[in-house]
Amino acid sequence: MTEYTEKIREISKKLLIDKSVDLIIGFRKGTVPMMNEPCFIKHPDEVGRLVWDSHCGINLANYLPNRKERIGILAKGCDSRNIAIHIVENKIKRNQIKIIGIPCRGMLDKRKIASSVSGEIVEAVEDKATVKVSGNGFSTSFDKQEMLQENCKVCKHRNPVIYDELVAEPVPEQQDVDPYEDVRRIEGLSDSEKRKFFEDLISECIRCYACRNACPLCYCPTCFVDESRPQWVGKSIEPTDTLTFHFLRAYHCAGRCTDCGACERACPVGIRVRQFTKKLNKDCFDLYGWEAGLTIDERPPLDTYRPQDPNDFIK
Amino acid sequence: MKIATITKDAWPNAMEKLSKACRLYGPVKKEQFHSFEVLDNGQIPDFNFQNTRISPKFLVQPQSEIMFQCTFDQNREDHHILKEIPKSDSPRTVIGIRPCDADAFLLVKRNFNSQKYKDPFWMGAYESLTLVGLACHQPCTTCFCTSAGSGPFSETGLDILMVDDGDRYLAKIITSKGEDIAAAAGWTEAPEERGLLEKIGEMKEASEKKITTSVATEHLKNKSTIPLYEAAFWEDVSFSCINCGTCTYVCPTCWCFDIQDECFGLTGIRMRNWDSCMYPLFTLHGSGHNPRGTKLHRVRQRFMHKLKYYVDKYNNGIQCVGCGRCISQCPVNIDIRRVCELMNASETP
Repeated sequence: MTEYTEKIREISKKLLIDKSVDLIIGFRKGTVPMMNEPCFIKHPDEVGRLVWDSHCGINLANYLPNRKERIGILAKGCDSRNIAIHIVENKIKRNQIKIIGIPCRGMLDKRKIASSVSGEIVEAVEDKATVKVSGNGFSTSFDKQEMLQENCKVCKHRNPVIYDELVAEPVPEQQDVDPYEDVRRIEGLSDSEKRKFFEDLISECIRCYACRNACPLCYCPTCFVDESRPQWVGKSIEPTDTLTFHFLRAYHCAGRCTDCGACERACPVGIRVRQFTKKLNKDCFDLYGWEAGLTIDERPPLDTYRPQDPNDFIK
Repeated sequence: MKIATITKDAWPNAMEKLSKACRLYGPVKKEQFHSFEVLDNGQIPDFNFQNTRISPKFLVQPQSEIMFQCTFDQNREDHHILKEIPKSDSPRTVIGIRPCDADAFLLVKRNFNSQKYKDPFWMGAYESLTLVGLACHQPCTTCFCTSAGSGPFSETGLDILMVDDGDRYLAKIITSKGEDIAAAAGWTEAPEERGLLEKIGEMKEASEKKITTSVATEHLKNKSTIPLYEAAFWEDVSFSCINCGTCTYVCPTCWCFDIQDECFGLTGIRMRNWDSCMYPLFTLHGSGHNPRGTKLHRVRQRFMHKLKYYVDKYNNGIQCVGCGRCISQCPVNIDIRRVCELMNASETP
């Protein structure tokens, strides 16, 4: 995907020169291997700082809410879906943004790559199908498909769903992927086994809230865990409080989560945060045939009522 | 200066002896990452790591620490009176702590043990520790300890410095606490001390050469605070920040905490928890006003505290030991080396 860089710069320059946007939100080259930093560009002469590769997993839609400028923003499939959600939820206006769509082949999981080699990775170079990482005394190539983020492996919307510009021809969407294999396994557990599963899942949580803050959906002016009058949730790392945080956050995302993987990417201790949100994505799909962020013309299912909504849960 | 040699064959035996003498902590790999954990009797610490994910600061300042307790039972004479919870500050030894992390304890101590304030909880926990360090032969590319007042072989804050020498460790015994631990472990002084010191010196030099990045800090102290505070670059620096607390939570020198009361039934506790200047709640006033209401305010605060206010207040360098955790773990790649460079080289007076 590195070949997108030139096209991104070209489109960004054009948008800045013809003054259709005030700034471009994209990525600049990171200071460590397999990382790029979200940045903004305001001047056409600075577009050379923009880059694109398979380490642009951060969801840029997170940088949109409540901004007043006219913005050009790079968007993979998932980012574009989150932008659609922002538009529906009035966090940004459609006519305020120019979406530079990026057909995405999936983002690389830097933790997985790092744990597949012994030693610190000093350099990572990618071509179309492989990523080559090297460090002190080793150099290994991996098939990119093998090293994708877990959410990218099961993604069915790699192409942007809304855009104003497209940097390349759409990529083929993945067929025959089963996004909910793990959810079904958890559904099959007994109540006590489920409880244990989730307690184990969060046992390393340090309540830094990186998952929440990386999530484009979590834009509440004051998060429920930060409310102090009254205080709903304890502040220590008591497992009940930590579980309350994760479950409630997930429920707040029901019907809105695009499975972009931002939460898992951001977690410093490697918690598989998507195990919480995926169940709700699956329920929304099973009950309402709904996938979040595919349209700006419809409100999410938990926001609307239809007489034919399933009500089997009322016994 | 005494140097003991410990063959790796004899290492399990030493661990066994030590775990009888005190509580032992060491690096252990749990799933993906290494962290400092209590070592069970005879458990061998895993030295196959560069830096632990979370710094060992929690050994002295736990993420959540109960300080006081009280009862609400009106039938008890002492109801509603907060009482200090007795702490077990029995001796603890940390095996394999990195020199930067040990250095960080001394840096943080300036805050918890000042002329004006002594923090009994922090000091009690700190004084119970004996630190047996493990020198770094293979620093990370994100390490910049040598320009942050520390180093891969730094002895500051350590009681013993161990150096991996192939099939054995060379242990430089630095303090009397270190001598006690060496005696308990059965580590005896090596006869050929002179040559060993030189050998350690050579390895130190070789390791320091492997640190490829640095921060320049020489102008920070002389900069005027207000122009630096108002510098234009903060917008660019703070843009990508998502205001999670990862950098502050993994940092060995971030010491801020928040005090919370909780009650359950007839028992109340007062505890302190790690807090983070990245959080909006950190400075929220009772009135509802927040003097650091935007992320730019908060990001600037973190760097100004570490690289300017601390420098001015203590005249002892920056509030950072260069462990690089915030760089490698920041989910959006904000790099303190870059920010330090911007601050140090800024054109502000």
